[in-house]
Amino acid sequence: MSSVLAVSAVTLQMSCVAALLGIAILAIVLSRSHRASAVIYGATSVVCLIAMLGSLYWLIGGNTNASGVTLPIGLPWLGAHFRLDALASFFLVVVDLGGAAASLYGLGYGRHDPAPHRVLPFFPAFLAGMNLVVMADDAFSYLLCWEFMSLASWALVMAHHREPGNARAGYVYLVMASFGTLALLLAFGLLAGPTGDYGFAAIRAAQHTPYVATLALILMLLGAGSKAGLVPLHVWLPLAHPAAPSHVSALMSGVMTKVAIYGFIRVVFDLLGQPTWSASVIVLFLGGLTAVMGILYAMMEKDLKRLLAYSTIENVGIIFVSLGLALAFQANGLKLAAALAFTAALFHVLNHSFFKSLLFFGAGAVLTSTGERDMDKLGGLIHRMPFTSFAFLVGCVAISALPPFNGFVSEWLIFQAVLQSPELPQWALKIMVPAVGALLALAAALAAACFVKAFGVTFLGRPRGAAAETAGEVDRYSLSAMFILAAFCLLAGILPGPVIDALSPISIAILDGRMPIQANEAWLSIAPIAESRSSYNGLLVLVFITVSASLANFFIHRFASHALRRGPAWGCGFSDSTPAAQYSAESFAQPIRRVFGTLVFHARDHVEMPAPGDTRPARLRIELHDPIWEGIYAPTAGAIGFAANRFNNLQFLTIRRYLSLVFATLVTLLLVLAIWS
Amino acid sequence: MQMHSLSFDVSHTLAGGLVLISFMMLYQDRLYSLLNVFALHALVLALSVAWQAFIQDAPHLYVTAAIALVFKAIVIPVALHRIVKQLGIHRDIESAVGIGPTMLAGMGLVALSMVLMLRVTAEADPLAREDLAFALSVVLLGLLVMVTRRNAVSQVVGFMSLENGLVLAATGAKGMPLVVEISVAFSILIAFIVIGIFLFRIRERFDSVDVSALDDYRGEHR
Repeated sequence: MSSVLAVSAVTLQMSCVAALLGIAILAIVLSRSHRASAVIYGATSVVCLIAMLGSLYWLIGGNTNASGVTLPIGLPWLGAHFRLDALASFFLVVVDLGGAAASLYGLGYGRHDPAPHRVLPFFPAFLAGMNLVVMADDAFSYLLCWEFMSLASWALVMAHHREPGNARAGYVYLVMASFGTLALLLAFGLLAGPTGDYGFAAIRAAQHTPYVATLALILMLLGAGSKAGLVPLHVWLPLAHPAAPSHVSALMSGVMTKVAIYGFIRVVFDLLGQPTWSASVIVLFLGGLTAVMGILYAMMEKDLKRLLAYSTIENVGIIFVSLGLALAFQANGLKLAAALAFTAALFHVLNHSFFKSLLFFGAGAVLTSTGERDMDKLGGLIHRMPFTSFAFLVGCVAISALPPFNGFVSEWLIFQAVLQSPELPQWALKIMVPAVGALLALAAALAAACFVKAFGVTFLGRPRGAAAETAGEVDRYSLSAMFILAAFCLLAGILPGPVIDALSPISIAILDGRMPIQANEAWLSIAPIAESRSSYNGLLVLVFITVSASLANFFIHRFASHALRRGPAWGCGFSDSTPAAQYSAESFAQPIRRVFGTLVFHARDHVEMPAPGDTRPARLRIELHDPIWEGIYAPTAGAIGFAANRFNNLQFLTIRRYLSLVFATLVTLLLVLAIWS
Repeated sequence: MQMHSLSFDVSHTLAGGLVLISFMMLYQDRLYSLLNVFALHALVLALSVAWQAFIQDAPHLYVTAAIALVFKAIVIPVALHRIVKQLGIHRDIESAVGIGPTMLAGMGLVALSMVLMLRVTAEADPLAREDLAFALSVVLLGLLVMVTRRNAVSQVVGFMSLENGLVLAATGAKGMPLVVEISVAFSILIAFIVIGIFLFRIRERFDSVDVSALDDYRGEHR
């Protein structure tokens, strides 16, 4: 019975993918019609919802035996293998939930799109691609679907290609995506070995030497990491994610990075077999670096969507740290701790997809209503867009890892895993894990500061420009998408136990271990190792916050003032301060720029004072250098350009010279053979 | 044993003669004499292949020998003669590199192919080893002819002498199917036709078959 159910589940998923591709074709046909947007987004959201519910039912139903389907497409003697197991079904839930929310948001947001025919066909195709990557069960289909996903998202990035910077973003994205796919190709080539069986089942069954396994892990870090935004491969992400329309940005940031993480988990945890502990050091180091660098970049940013994109990099770093912990524990046979770290990583994947989509929706709403992404031209939107600002606030609180929302739970679980590090036998890990934990703590604190900045500068204070003054609330579809995600953020935060239990089949299948059953805990608490060690109860925290805040509110209004009074704010002696005198994004970030930016970004503040008698105003100029772009990418690009210029002469040889070149090559090879054999 | 030794000596002589004639081609700087030497090259190849057919008792190799004789020793040289006459380029002196260095390079190539082939095929039948070594020499010398000549006609000749080396290698090894040889021969014929037509086209357009005229036309002469 269960296998029948499983087969029908994978069939259902494949039919949903087929439906999405059908919608993409329909979108090409309909694209000029003025109702196309509503039809396409409506159909996409329904299909995604069905796919999401199907995979959720499959995951929660406790179905442990995976089921596959082989389609007679692709290479004639291979076919294309697709398979649904616990890990795939979880990521399908993430993808399709994000897809359904983005489609719902698109119903409203898409009406403002200046060029819908550039977005509509690629949007369902992009979703179909992500679904297929997660279900692919051989290297060939995996790479094919991966490239399909990359190209569809590239087309979406280039949707508004005439806007300044977008063409460059698309170019950088294309280069980095090709690089990533090359790394994946090499990784799979290495894993398939000399027998050349590219099915995941064969790769899983094969024995890999530690050398091959480590090399494959590094290649996966390069390939999946460049798509997920691992520092230093992240450079395309803050350019490309904001360039796309906002609901696509939400999908790229909230969902596509997760598909990349899925690829990493699938290969490193599932296909490679037992890991070596030294491999985890690389993952931990890169994860910690990514988390801190990502949020520092975000802190320096004043473009709202770019800030969110950089914050995605930070969260990807957090997830990779957690996966590195799981690798370290698994290599040493600490199954409970490994399951804890792994579950925490998956939980954070889910959470990040919720709140990052929500935040991008909010940024999109601000963009629709004001036409501005620069925070220094916004402000005071809480009065003009109260619902959007409430949803955005929920997202900010959740991403800053504050209880009772979901971000706190997953980061708390990750710290619980960090605290297990004394059980590790290797001294390198014993020292490294707490250091990475400190980096995570730093990143979490900076994230809170960063989102105080994002929310405070955008929504609080007074409007800094005409666009912010005349803004209005956005449509109901966009709002409902945001509120649904906000509700998910709260629900996952106060009821983490069921989520952890739902994730347990995955860690059983992948790591052969699981966290304790959380449903047995009283009062909906969660206890990652044992209740005597540590436990958390989101519901209790929510009740406490609600009660204490209500009581404080009541007492303040009861005993301090009877009515809300509005009076002139104290202006520090300046009676008619302009809105420009408020804290701006850059001035808010100044303390952190002074502390960290001087070292990391070579940040310098220059004050340009006019000469006495000159009526020009004084100016404060901030100088920032991107260490990764200027240290790695610019020299690489320069070297490639130099070499290309040199080799350009080869284009202009005479026929005889070309023949001589061939002849010389042949003779050289023969000489090598004669000398060496 | 006596018979074997004789057959070995004869085929060795013919293959060595082919290498020698390749050197003669390197030495020629007039087109007519180059074509004559090429005809001789093809004739010796035909003899060599026929001798292989005789000692290997493989009648289909006679067909290959006949193809070599008819097409390479007669039809192609005659046709190229006509082309050269029609183009009026029979007086051209057209080697790009001096004769002396070319001959030295040719000797180096023969030495290289000997060293290489004798070492690589240490296990094989001695007849086949020598044969392969000579064949590789002929191929390399053919390439050298192509590289050191300016004129398109002599490049065609160099290419076809290279192909002669391939046929020599193929017939020296036992059991090479006839189909392959026929297809090779026909591909050479087609290449000859295409190159012939091409030569006239170049001539019509540039009043010369010196390939450097093409480079001038591309505007990329440096």
